[in-house]
Amino acid sequence: MSERKKLDRRDFMRGAAAVAFTGATWAAVGEKTETKYWQLDPAKCTQCGRCTTHCVLTPSAVKCLNQFDICGYCDLCFGYLQPGSRNLDTGAENQLCPTAAIERKYIEAPYYEYKIHEDKCIGCAKCVKACLVFGNGSFYLQIRQDICINCNECSIAKSCPSDCFSEVPESNPYMFLTGDTHLAHPPA
Amino acid sequence: MRYVSALIALVAATAVQGARAIELKFAPPDFETEYAMPYLFTPAPAGSNTWWESLILFAALSLTTYMVFKARSRRGLFAISVFSLLFFGFYRKGCICPVGSTQNVMAAVFLPDVGVSWVVVSFFVMPLLFSLFFGRVFCASVCPLGAIQELVAIAPIRINPALERVLGLGKYMYLGLATLGVATGAGFLICRWDPFVGLYRMGHSYNMLIAGALMLLVGVFIARPYCRFLCPYGVLLGWMSRFSKFHLEIPPSPCVECRLCEDSCPYNAIDMPTPRHLVEDPAVGKKRTRLLVFLAPVFILLGAVGGYLFHEPLSHIHPTVSLSERIAKEDRGIIKGEVYLESDTFRKESKTAATLHAEALAVTEKFKTGSALFGAFLALIISIKLIELSVVKKRTIFEPHKETCFSCGRCYPYCPVEEGA
Repeated sequence: MSERKKLDRRDFMRGAAAVAFTGATWAAVGEKTETKYWQLDPAKCTQCGRCTTHCVLTPSAVKCLNQFDICGYCDLCFGYLQPGSRNLDTGAENQLCPTAAIERKYIEAPYYEYKIHEDKCIGCAKCVKACLVFGNGSFYLQIRQDICINCNECSIAKSCPSDCFSEVPESNPYMFLTGDTHLAHPPA
Repeated sequence: MRYVSALIALVAATAVQGARAIELKFAPPDFETEYAMPYLFTPAPAGSNTWWESLILFAALSLTTYMVFKARSRRGLFAISVFSLLFFGFYRKGCICPVGSTQNVMAAVFLPDVGVSWVVVSFFVMPLLFSLFFGRVFCASVCPLGAIQELVAIAPIRINPALERVLGLGKYMYLGLATLGVATGAGFLICRWDPFVGLYRMGHSYNMLIAGALMLLVGVFIARPYCRFLCPYGVLLGWMSRFSKFHLEIPPSPCVECRLCEDSCPYNAIDMPTPRHLVEDPAVGKKRTRLLVFLAPVFILLGAVGGYLFHEPLSHIHPTVSLSERIAKEDRGIIKGEVYLESDTFRKESKTAATLHAEALAVTEKFKTGSALFGAFLALIISIKLIELSVVKKRTIFEPHKETCFSCGRCYPYCPVEEGA
């Protein structure tokens, strides 16, 4: 009988411990329960090129995008053309992008639209750097959230020399260079 | 005309953007054709850590519990291991796993502005609760890190129990170090040094891939090296399991001491009947134990002092401290001529070296307390282990050690005692 009672008390203690432990964990973290996603701040990016090689995915989940509303639509696009290239045309030897991921489309003289094919982009930031040197800086890197596997510790974040990675909320998973993102989402 | 419109656009752009205004060297043109600017492609996150993953974890834990207690089937546990390897490992790319979730929970506790999603909390809590009631069923076949090691442990040898105990201290050290890393903001060390996650994602730094391959190679002969000697989450699971209500039992009915299971466990997790030479005069044992208990505070104090003395090298796991040291060395001309991206980037930024050194100093300050606590924790663990060794319990049957047993069921096929026999 006494043996039986002792076990009951132990069970009670165990149950209490389980509830207390779960409750304590929950209370400690309870109010901050949104899932976060990694993103990089283009304003801090120094185009070091580590995004290409340090992501656990190959090719990297970091892609370049062209924010069209701040693009200058330059004829002589430094992000598109190799410096010192003989002809300013779409020849492969004239393109700066190592994977020819940028498509140049004529609109009207002297404007061109530059569209990035993100499936080809490796996130090397060569075009980003070049666009900043002469252009508006409309080319910049972002983590493509549908490709990113959201590692618990982002490999690029820990090796980023300019500390531009942070975790952002699900409701706002991109960091645009300007606050004006009316072109960021297709109309409903 | 073009320039006027450009100017207007420029002014408009600056007005709209407010705080994060950027200077446009070329304003977007006014197109004379019907051209409309394309929309940016910004897809939503590919929902990681969703609720059904917690459900699958719960289901896997429940099924393992069934296999350990009701079916008593090593084969069943093996099958779940294969599933866990495929699902938690390769499909979910090993992330987030309960082992790593420890850090997320610690970060939410220690750091004021860091949160954690409830899925991650459930990943952390569920295996521990199961452990509190049923022993380490999570380790048996649910953990993706354990599963891959369990599958490669083909020809396990038993290692000396004394060596096992000494190496086993590694996991306490790892837990302490990981806590230190989270609390000081140095990062998630458990994830950074995860040997198998690179394999699951098919990509990682080569060093970690090689470390993982080596560990698997060692794991063929020394079963589950990560779990036994390194796993920080295993420490917590072990503590919970020690007080578990139910635990795997080798014979389902009274042990007949046939000694057949003696060599079946590659983890030194089967406690044998107390050997005759260890049975001693209780007075001697009591005296020794009392001495150890009295010495423990001294030991812990020494540990704290030792940890404090090591705060300087330990603080180098924090990137700010290592960068600050690098910059200082470069400035003093100790290092020159090498290209080092971190310091190059630092020098292009507007931050001065003095600010960086001040920041590093603040971090090092945190490490002083942290390292002392780390040292004290290790000394506490060692004291407890010593006291445990000093108390010789009289045991007459073979039984699994509740803290170190992974509930893998390797001993089941060896036991000739059947239910109700």
